[in-house]
Amino acid sequence: MATQHSRSAARLMMAPAVVLLLGWMLVPLTMTLWFSFKKYLPLRGGDLGWVGFDNYVRFVTSSSFWPSVWTTLTIVGGVLIITIVLGVLLAILLNQPMWGQGIVRILVIAPFFVMPTVSALVWKNMFMDPVNGLFAHLWKFFGAEPMVWLTEASLESIILIVSWQWLPFATLILLTAIQSLDGEQLEASEMDGATPLARFGYIVLPHLGRAITIVLLIQTIFLLSIFAEIFVTTQGAFGTKTLTYLIFQRVLESQNIGLGSAGGVYAIILANIVAIFLMRIVGKNLDA
Amino acid sequence: MGRIVLEKVQKKFGEVEVIPPLDLTIEDGEFTVFVGPSGCGKSTLLRLIAGLEDTTSGRIVIDDADATEVPPAKRGLAMVFQSYALYPHMSVRKNIAFPMKMAKMPEDEQNRRIEAAAKALNLTDYLDRKPGQLSGGQRQRVAIGRSIVREPSAFLFDEPLSNLDAALRVGMRLEISELHERLKTTMIYVTHDQVEAMTMADKIVVLRAGHIEQVGSPLELYHKPRNEFVAGFIGSPKMNIIHGEEAQKLGATGVGIRPEHIDVSKTDGMWKGRVGVAEHLGSDTFIHVHDTGLGEMITVRITGDIEARHGDTIYLTPQMDQLHKFDQQGLRVE
Repeated sequence: MATQHSRSAARLMMAPAVVLLLGWMLVPLTMTLWFSFKKYLPLRGGDLGWVGFDNYVRFVTSSSFWPSVWTTLTIVGGVLIITIVLGVLLAILLNQPMWGQGIVRILVIAPFFVMPTVSALVWKNMFMDPVNGLFAHLWKFFGAEPMVWLTEASLESIILIVSWQWLPFATLILLTAIQSLDGEQLEASEMDGATPLARFGYIVLPHLGRAITIVLLIQTIFLLSIFAEIFVTTQGAFGTKTLTYLIFQRVLESQNIGLGSAGGVYAIILANIVAIFLMRIVGKNLDA
Repeated sequence: MGRIVLEKVQKKFGEVEVIPPLDLTIEDGEFTVFVGPSGCGKSTLLRLIAGLEDTTSGRIVIDDADATEVPPAKRGLAMVFQSYALYPHMSVRKNIAFPMKMAKMPEDEQNRRIEAAAKALNLTDYLDRKPGQLSGGQRQRVAIGRSIVREPSAFLFDEPLSNLDAALRVGMRLEISELHERLKTTMIYVTHDQVEAMTMADKIVVLRAGHIEQVGSPLELYHKPRNEFVAGFIGSPKMNIIHGEEAQKLGATGVGIRPEHIDVSKTDGMWKGRVGVAEHLGSDTFIHVHDTGLGEMITVRITGDIEARHGDTIYLTPQMDQLHKFDQQGLRVE
């Protein structure tokens, strides 16, 4: 009796949160689907009625569509590789006993607290500026012609900026994982004649498998939708237009809400394809 | 071969001296047990021999070669850890193969040794399982298998049975002893359990705070403990050690009497006391006797059964030829 009672009470108390979350998710999703089948131009006549799949066809046949998909995937892939490789190395480094460990760890995590807009602007103006940037001075010091980073290596620059932001996250998760590694296992492998490199490959890396998977999945979710870094640096020029940015342009710059909504639905599909692939590749790591 | 000699080996962690300079020789083929209360430095000593800790000073000589600076893998020793330290993501087969793989041994030789080890340790049916799917005893055997295949000159065991339940512990104790009979390889075994030490060892090293209190065969330690500490540590239940007036009467500062060397009577005897808790084991009965005027509780061991209730009066008489006498420093006097 008591349990049934408390169960219904629990449901009642959870209800507001569930309703709020469902509304939060379902309302925008339904509206996106709704508008994607309409010709809706806010500044040029407003709602002009149903158009069927016209928006979907137009979005996909636009010359910007496939490049934007590849740009998105390149940024996601590039940042994942950089953050995970460097994250593992940094985690191992930070796990070594050293003087000032606490402060060093906080410093390493700091970039994660800087908001994306700010960090992208700092990078753009203080490091990558071709006249006054630190990199420009460095290049000049060695007698080289300063690079115009955001024009000549635009995609790479954005990958660099985003990697810098996400490296702390990867490091943090991997550090906690590495701390849970049983020291006796490392000692046993040392007695078994494993070199430091073999110990890393056979013991440490397999132990980190699950943490790497989690970093991969979480980062992918967030990286698919990066926007601020592109907005404040290249504005989508020089081959840095991601799918998210393309949707932004369709909605706000072209003032075509129907077309943008159709793009949004494509973005959902792309995210799901990526998610399915990832789960196929690394999902087994999550099983105990 | 597997003769290990420690010469003035010392270990400090920072300012703390865990092991003061210490000499010890372990002969080839000997089953040596390091025993002592927790924190006495026995595991540290084992890790020094293994090479997992660096000595602060002194020399470790293995088979007449100075091994003090030799890395662990090159010392030709194999170690079984308390937590077994199996590699959780590898199958049993791969776990056992790991040291051979690291030594780049030919594949068919690896397989031959794995099969032989699995057969000897009853692991043949489990070779493709992961450690997580095995019971504690099976994991223990995998850990032993992993150390056997390297054919080391000596085995090091760091409290290998402490994670097993009582029944399994007795079984594994026998298995390890039989393994030693079969391989005739030097084994060094660390434990805090004096029963393990007594039953398995050729030679027991009793340690306290890094000092070696006594080295000898199990029966030597039982019959001729060199001091009060060893006397109290070896034997179960613990030896009764009495001080003061009654001890003076028997002609020493401290007198030790093992529980099995006290005669009990209901009518008369040397000391009169009151029965406290009586532990009936069937084959034996342990009686804890209070208020004997000796200052300490006395434990008595009686073969078979006896009618003794809480609060009964009882008389105790020590067997005079079995007394252990100690001087003021706690050292044995004959």
